[in-house]
Amino acid sequence: MNGFPLITLLTATPLAGALVLAAIPEGRKQLARGLGLAFAAAGLFWAVLLWAKFDSSATAPQFQERHVWIPTIGAEYFVGADGLSLLMVLLAAVVTPIALLASRSIRERVPLYQSFTLFLQAGLFGTFTALNFFHWFIFWELSLVPAFFLIKFWGGPNRSAAATQFFVYTMVGSVAMLLSFLAIFWATKSFDFLELAEKGRSGELAALLNVRIDGWPDLTRREFPLVIFAGVFLGFAVKVPLIPFHTWLPTAYSEAPTGTTMLLTGVMSKMGVYGFLRILVPMFPEQMRIVLTPLLWLAVATIVLSACAAFAQKDLKRVFAYSSINHLGYCLLGIFACLKYTGGDATWSLQRSAALNGVLLQMFNHGLTASLLFCFAGFLEERGGGLRGIDQFGGLRKVAPIFCGLMGISVFASLGLPGLNGFVGEFLIFKGAFPQATWATALSVIGLLVTAVFLLTVMQRVWNGPLNERWALLPDLTWRERWIVLPATALMFLLGIYPQLVIGKINATVMLMADQLKF
Amino acid sequence: MLAWTVYISFIGVLAVLCLPERMVRATRAVALVAALAGLGLAVAGIARHGLDGSMTTIVKHVWVRGLGIDYYLGADGISLVLVLLTGIAATAGILFSWNIEHRAKEFFAFYLALIGGVYGVFLSFDLFLLFVFYELAIIPKYFLIAIWGSTNREYGAMKLALYSFIGSAMVLLGIVAAYVVAGSRTMDLFELAKYPFPESFQFWAFPLVFVGFAILAGLWPFHTWAPGGHVAAPTAASMLLAGVVMKLGAYGALRVAMTLFPQGLAIWRDTIALLAVVGIVYGALVALVQTDFKFVIGYSSVSHMGFVLLGLMTINAVGLSGAVLQMFSHGIIAGLLFAVVGRMVYDRAHTRDLGALEEMGLGRALPFAAVTFAVAGFASMGLPGFSGFVAELQVLIGAWYAFPTFAALAGLGIVIGAAYTLRALQKAFYGEVAESRSGAHPPLPPITLPEKIGAIMLVTVAVVVGLYPKLLLDLIGPSFYSPLFDGLRAKGAF
Repeated sequence: MNGFPLITLLTATPLAGALVLAAIPEGRKQLARGLGLAFAAAGLFWAVLLWAKFDSSATAPQFQERHVWIPTIGAEYFVGADGLSLLMVLLAAVVTPIALLASRSIRERVPLYQSFTLFLQAGLFGTFTALNFFHWFIFWELSLVPAFFLIKFWGGPNRSAAATQFFVYTMVGSVAMLLSFLAIFWATKSFDFLELAEKGRSGELAALLNVRIDGWPDLTRREFPLVIFAGVFLGFAVKVPLIPFHTWLPTAYSEAPTGTTMLLTGVMSKMGVYGFLRILVPMFPEQMRIVLTPLLWLAVATIVLSACAAFAQKDLKRVFAYSSINHLGYCLLGIFACLKYTGGDATWSLQRSAALNGVLLQMFNHGLTASLLFCFAGFLEERGGGLRGIDQFGGLRKVAPIFCGLMGISVFASLGLPGLNGFVGEFLIFKGAFPQATWATALSVIGLLVTAVFLLTVMQRVWNGPLNERWALLPDLTWRERWIVLPATALMFLLGIYPQLVIGKINATVMLMADQLKF
Repeated sequence: MLAWTVYISFIGVLAVLCLPERMVRATRAVALVAALAGLGLAVAGIARHGLDGSMTTIVKHVWVRGLGIDYYLGADGISLVLVLLTGIAATAGILFSWNIEHRAKEFFAFYLALIGGVYGVFLSFDLFLLFVFYELAIIPKYFLIAIWGSTNREYGAMKLALYSFIGSAMVLLGIVAAYVVAGSRTMDLFELAKYPFPESFQFWAFPLVFVGFAILAGLWPFHTWAPGGHVAAPTAASMLLAGVVMKLGAYGALRVAMTLFPQGLAIWRDTIALLAVVGIVYGALVALVQTDFKFVIGYSSVSHMGFVLLGLMTINAVGLSGAVLQMFSHGIIAGLLFAVVGRMVYDRAHTRDLGALEEMGLGRALPFAAVTFAVAGFASMGLPGFSGFVAELQVLIGAWYAFPTFAALAGLGIVIGAAYTLRALQKAFYGEVAESRSGAHPPLPPITLPEKIGAIMLVTVAVVVGLYPKLLLDLIGPSFYSPLFDGLRAKGAF
């Protein structure tokens, strides 16, 4: 509000970087790597500045900028950040430089690679800060383009199919969401998220959509808002993803180059959860409550089935891909559980804010942990000459102890060991969700167990046991590689021991969200 | 000033014809100057006529007094947008036919005559004059395809000509009938639109005139001329065909059929909307299985023009302005796609078979073409940030109100659109086979400067309009509030 366009600068920095890098000739690899990192660092600087200037007591989106764009269709350039946006922006800003640093093995078309990665980051920044659907949707869709090319150009052997499947699958969700939003626009004449959320909470949105039913006589009045809800839901469910909309993910994550997978799992998957929190829950609380039981079951299925699927995988990257679905399932469980009861009873408010705090923390923590896990998988793949089957290694601890130790920290963070970051988020989700949705939460615990089993199996097979003689000369992590992962690992400890650092910033936003779920 | 767009094109025809046959370079230059002058006049005309899109009369002279025929040129926002499109498409088309050597003089003469006719249609507000220009645009089309075309050119040209003439005959019958029923005193569109034609007359006159025009817009199931014609046509001609000529059909359907016969429109509206949606989905599905690169784009045009027709049938302010914007947007994007396929790829690789192209690794050999196609493809599949998105968005908003089921089906068309565009992109430029043994083919000639200029120009327009559509929407929106659309507004939901 102070007139300094911080968010615009934040989004424009990687965008400018993408353009600059696209113009660099292919041969200048070092220059391209340096510039890419410089732009990513600049993005991180803006994000940290945003974090520092953020007023943690205010509930309304801060740093707002608002300009008329296309008045006839209610499109505005409208950005702002609340605690949720802030956290996600920071996550994107932290993961991108690590992803770029971990992309040493990319040797072809380096400038283009850096350019697409920065473009993707701009899309993520834009998605997390936009407050008008039109403007938001541009970034939401445009982030697909760099992701498509990153997979297509630098991916594994099956990259073409993976890229197309990823793109078209996500597009189905996006178009369904777009159609729903167009119906919403027709009914309300607004694309403004804040305004629509207000209308959604008061029930005005459903009422306005009901009027529209004349054109579609087969549906009863209650069903039309449900259809509209279903469209938006599909868009986010594919992105998160929620089982059974997840089939694009394992292929995309395992075919994409390591740096891209880090961004896909670390940040892009959060776009879906972000959408649930920013758009779906505020706008359709009533509709979500109508279908709450199936939603809870979907979340449980996502948690349990993906954990079991991860257990059955032989490919390290596919294990982590399914584990990623599993961890995001907890976020959705937490969100859905908060919708179970209405009313302003103090106990429920407490549980809701606990669960939502957990959800936000989990989003950030999973982003950090999962991208590090993929980073380690990438290091191992480079050393193994492209091999990454969990049975193809064995006993590596003896030759690469530091690699083993650092990766072990991430693995334990991922399975929720207290003292590391993963624990706090999952604990808060379970604490908040259990009293509200007891059975679903209880069943989800199975997911926790299976996660522990498969992650320990990975550790066991790859690092322990008799040394596979083939890898007797496997080099340990170089200093450069250690420095790539150390800052993030330190952050994992810091957040595990002192989560208040994040909770303090987001608490006002979470309290508001929890409060708004009363109705 | 805008009237000079028509004159300058015909002056260009004469100038080209006066040049000796062997002066190919001079011929090209003259054609380019004429096209650029047309574009400049269009821009200047827009600037001068004001940016509010209200109706302006440019020139009105009595032509045939006894029959009530006037030489009446005018412009409202819809005309202005389409005149601008014509200027851009004409200039780009010449840049992409810079390599024409075979009978260049005749080529550019026919080309400019076509352009002149198109400008004329968009600016005519006298029904007779409009029809004259409409016919004038169709005839050069035939020769351009039959002489300079490729695959199956005689067949493609003949099919196109026959379809066009059947359409014209239907239109002529309809407008003559309207003229007689209204009392044979005037051909002025504004006067005729005021006349309350009896409903029984509108019942058959509307579909006659509408379909007559819409054949040229690729209305399913009368679209079959389009893909074949596009494929047969030389690059510049297919750019104009998809970019401008298909818009003549949609424009005529809106300007004549819908304004004169609003009651007929109300009766037939659901049927035509259904055909439009079938066209969207069918065109996309057929594009998905083509093996000829150009057929993919040809069928995608049918699909995208379906959005225009669906937008017209919504009869509400958002849907109609979306339809007009989609005409503009598709003109730019389809032109670009045809330029890549016809000029950049086919003229170098001498094949359009996607299987053969997959082996060649054109992404490496022709990076500029690959990037252009990728950008144009993403624009064509309606990704936000490009003009196609804003246009289809508005059509769909309008369609939600009028026909929710059709809107959902059109969404299906968008998804299939993404699928066939990615398929074509992958096969044509980033084939997996090719990357494993790149360098197996002799180097292809690099992309020339005129091609680059043309491509950058079209991409820029698509992006600027995509990010700031207000430029054109402010012209289009107010047009629907002129007296010409009184009847239409009464029938729709404004």
